[in-house]
Amino acid sequence: MEYFVIIIGAIFVNNIVLSQFLGICPFLGVSNKVETSLGMGAAVTFVMAITAVVAYLLQYYVLVPLHIEYMQTIVFILVIAALVQMVEIILKKMSPALYQALGIFLPLITTNCAVLGIAILLVQKEFNMLESVVYSVSTALGFTLALVLFAGIRERLAMEDLPKAMKGVPIALITAGILAMAFMGFSGLV
Amino acid sequence: MLRKEKKMSKLQLITKGLIKENPTFVLMLGMCPTLGTTTSAINGLGMGVATMFVLTLSNIVISLVKNVIPGKVRIPAFIVIIASFVTVVQLVMQAYTPGLYATLGVFIPLIVVNCIILGRAEAFASKNGVLASAFDGIGIGLGFTCSLTLLGTVREMLGSGSIFGAKFIDGDGILLFVLAPGAFFALGYLLVLFNKLTAKLK
Repeated sequence: MEYFVIIIGAIFVNNIVLSQFLGICPFLGVSNKVETSLGMGAAVTFVMAITAVVAYLLQYYVLVPLHIEYMQTIVFILVIAALVQMVEIILKKMSPALYQALGIFLPLITTNCAVLGIAILLVQKEFNMLESVVYSVSTALGFTLALVLFAGIRERLAMEDLPKAMKGVPIALITAGILAMAFMGFSGLV
Repeated sequence: MLRKEKKMSKLQLITKGLIKENPTFVLMLGMCPTLGTTTSAINGLGMGVATMFVLTLSNIVISLVKNVIPGKVRIPAFIVIIASFVTVVQLVMQAYTPGLYATLGVFIPLIVVNCIILGRAEAFASKNGVLASAFDGIGIGLGFTCSLTLLGTVREMLGSGSIFGAKFIDGDGILLFVLAPGAFFALGYLLVLFNKLTAKLK
């Protein structure tokens, strides 16, 4: 039951993009087609799951025993940057097909604030190892859901005749606002 | 002092961030803190100043050490420099403005991944002298602070009917503008306005 609450909360109620404002850059950047947004979502899910484990281990087996919790930001960002590189290299060797599919999205993830954000949030919420993984995977699924929904809307919007000043990012933001309003309907669910 | 980009006067370096190269409205960088922290004018201002501090200092340090860092590892090196200053900001804010630190929450450590800072490090500080980089940091930081304060003010006026905490109506405003959707709407329509105005200027 506890895990169920974490999952629903992370996907719908506190959706990472639409209510916590993390990962806005890829949300606005790679949401022109449903296919590419699925690819981005898959890559983020993959990296976030690994980040959760690594962040947990680092925090409780390195930072806390050494009493250097204030080094968290520096340590986490370096580890995430290295991790993304490593995932890229390993995927290239082990599963070329998956690498082909996720390839172009992986380098983009280092600058995705959602990944660092989730690592910091996990520590703040004092989750245990399993909870951390469940939370970060469901958060990533929430990210994918928002991205795919948004891409679907934008595919339609691309054909509409809009005022010049509205084109591009402004209409995307307003659409995201309406989507965020829809997601507000989930608040109070858990 | 070597300058590869076209030469700008110190004043131009500072003022370009306000309109011509405004990080929020023109370059569309650093959207997460822009949307996430502007529930009120003071929060927007706080976030802007914190970012400006990190941006200016990291620009200075990066332009000082640019010749020592090998090209291949420059990005990780930049990130470490930026992350160090973010940690400084974190500790200072925790000590002197604990209230603001709690409200801004996760967005303070996330200054590290703000694309504006790494972007300026790569595009400007790694090619220009110390003084120019410092002014560039102040200029872009000022532009970011102004945009955030503006967005915060708009959201606070509509959402809670106050400016910098001073109420000008009885009761509550349109609560939606303080909540998540309001951030998207406010920034979206401000962008429309900005586009209209700059189109007229041209």
